[in-house]
Amino acid sequence: MSTLASAKDRLAAIRPKGRISPWWILIGLAAALFLLSVLQLVTGADDLASSGTIRATIIATVPIALAGLGGLWSERSGVVNIGLEGMMILGTFGAGYLGFHYGPWAGVLGAIAMGAIGGLIHAVATVLFGVDHIISGVAINIIALGATQYLAALTFTGLPGGGQTQSPTLGDVNSITIGPLSDALGDIEGSGIFFVSELAAGLRALVTELSLLVLLALLLFVLTYFVLWRTAFGLRLRSCGESPAAAETLGVNVYRYKFIAVLVSGGLAGLGGGFLALVASSNYRDGQTGGRGYIGLAAMIFGNWRPGGLLAGSGLFGYTETLGLRRGGESVHALLLLVAALLVIVAIWQWRRLRHVSAGVSAVIALGAAALYYSIDAVSGDFTRMAPYVTTLFVLAFASQRLRMPAADGQIYRRGTAG
Amino acid sequence: MTPRLTRIALGIAAPVLALAAAFLITSLVLLIAGDPVGEVWSTILSVPATRNIANIINSATVLYISGLAVAVGFRMNLFNIGVDGQYRIAAFTAAFVAGEAWLPGYLNTLLAIVAAILVGAAWAGIAGVLRASRGVSEVISTIMLNAISTYLVAYLLRKAAVQEQGSNIIATKEIPEGSRIPAFSLSDQAGTTVYGFVFIAILLGIGYWVMLNRTRFGFDLRATGRSETAATASGINTKRMIIYTMLISGGLAGLVGLPILFGAAYSYGSTFQSGLGFAGIAIALLGRNHPIGIALGALLFAFLDEQSNPLQILVGVAPDIVKITQGIIVLTVVIAYEVVRRIGVRIEQRQVAQALERAARDRAEVSA
Repeated sequence: MSTLASAKDRLAAIRPKGRISPWWILIGLAAALFLLSVLQLVTGADDLASSGTIRATIIATVPIALAGLGGLWSERSGVVNIGLEGMMILGTFGAGYLGFHYGPWAGVLGAIAMGAIGGLIHAVATVLFGVDHIISGVAINIIALGATQYLAALTFTGLPGGGQTQSPTLGDVNSITIGPLSDALGDIEGSGIFFVSELAAGLRALVTELSLLVLLALLLFVLTYFVLWRTAFGLRLRSCGESPAAAETLGVNVYRYKFIAVLVSGGLAGLGGGFLALVASSNYRDGQTGGRGYIGLAAMIFGNWRPGGLLAGSGLFGYTETLGLRRGGESVHALLLLVAALLVIVAIWQWRRLRHVSAGVSAVIALGAAALYYSIDAVSGDFTRMAPYVTTLFVLAFASQRLRMPAADGQIYRRGTAG
Repeated sequence: MTPRLTRIALGIAAPVLALAAAFLITSLVLLIAGDPVGEVWSTILSVPATRNIANIINSATVLYISGLAVAVGFRMNLFNIGVDGQYRIAAFTAAFVAGEAWLPGYLNTLLAIVAAILVGAAWAGIAGVLRASRGVSEVISTIMLNAISTYLVAYLLRKAAVQEQGSNIIATKEIPEGSRIPAFSLSDQAGTTVYGFVFIAILLGIGYWVMLNRTRFGFDLRATGRSETAATASGINTKRMIIYTMLISGGLAGLVGLPILFGAAYSYGSTFQSGLGFAGIAIALLGRNHPIGIALGALLFAFLDEQSNPLQILVGVAPDIVKITQGIIVLTVVIAYEVVRRIGVRIEQRQVAQALERAARDRAEVSA
């Protein structure tokens, strides 16, 4: 028996922590939807899980998720990428310029290409010249902002509907609607049956005017997981992020892998920017990214440098962003009750694990949230938008021991130092 | 060349090389875009009028303080990306305190400045404590704090602000005239006034140098920045140093918005200048964390900003082109210093080798 138990322990030790399989994401989504429908029932805030909210959440999530995916590629190869924001900005311009002249799909390519140019600069600076990764990222953010403003003034001024700070209206990327299904689900959503109606709303958002770019983004997540964790190429790329010296002794061309990773990273971030210009709105506008590159980075850390966690983190950010815009005061006010309830559960759980201090902290915060819920009627939109950042800070503060970034992340590696 | 001369020459070569490369790349961009390269540079590099000089000094003052705030962190290997959030929340606090005018005259000013320093320090201190106690990277936490401060200030501004009739702009109450920091004029013409705060900025620069180079604390700070393990071994409490450094950096960051507040704007509104913190990072890098270097960097950035303003009217080129130049300077400066350092090491190695050879030859002659 004891040998069996120890073998089991060893297996548990070998299995990496913090992994989220695709099935868990689906179960998690259903659970979140269930919680939201309970909350709607209790509080009467009926915009928490309507199909409109869910659709807006998807639109808000994708750019953050794509930026985060870019960060994932780069950091898995050991290059910290603060320049994601700049690469996204470049992407918005690429989408605006090529999208106007050659159609929306050319805009998608333009966004990827412009983002990849930003990635190229980052790769040359950090990998070839050994510039500190953060410094290079900051520089790219400055350059990208200046370059897009300069180029936008150069190329969009005088065009119909265009100007120094915005491009003309761009065409739409194709979207799919499964008409009958959408209508049927709409009927179910309107029926107001507990949970069934919310489930229908969620499905309806997926079959009504779903942009192909959303599907593409999901596909890229699956592809990333497969390439990075299921192929020899991915193993080598990740080995550059864990221990470049060891990788080099095994014959891996560290520079080449880092270059590829950072280029892909830029392309993905650029695509995220392109999504903002093409799908989330209908043209390039100055300041469109609004710091989403940084949020993507936060979502990636939140997700422990894993695609599944990153997607979950992006969803959280996207949802709070949406609530900030759509009758957010009421919805977030309702969420306070959920936060309080969840924290009570956490407190009980921690207490039973004899961690009395953290149990006490959770209980106090839970009480605070509940008190806040009963004392006010609506939460200001500013606090709604603040919520994801505060959440990330808390996650960093309390779960930093469980987060594990690539071991050589952010370190400068020079070829030939493996000895 | 003597080794000393070589070192000086190399030291000058790096920034010159970096600037030349940045100008070259910018010219290339202009050329590819089909804009008149020559006219752009002749506009930017023309001699500034008195009015422009005043503007340059004013914005350089602000950028200088921002650069100092970032540089303190750099000396300790801490990357305070959060100067941007720290100065905005601190400037708002100062504007609110000064606007309420609880104390008369300059006491009011002093109170507001102290409040700004404390708030800036506290905001950066969050990142410092998280880093020291929980090992959270200060880069990530300050990015989060930047975003939080944006929304927090927006919220507080709506609570505390007074709205003028028929205007969309909301701002804090105006600072009473007796509490403003007086400006001085460069000439009799209008629009040539320079912030009085420029002297405070100079004092800050001197204080920065003294603190780093002439105090025990500064030595500990630099030692920790060079090698945390060595510092710990020699009895420095590095965790405490992290928190102290973030507090100082944040306190300086709290002052960044004040020249504008007390010298020109007199209130904090939704249109208050943003993005100064990120410029500070570039300037600290450009100035190699040295107080005089940072001053030169700040002047250069302010010069480029000011001189590019008329580009749109005179040559029809978007002034944002200098932002490209500024960003490229950040990269080329770092690369140039690295290249020059490698060359310097090579020259030194050659000199040592020659000296050894000579010594060996002399010995051979003596013994022969």
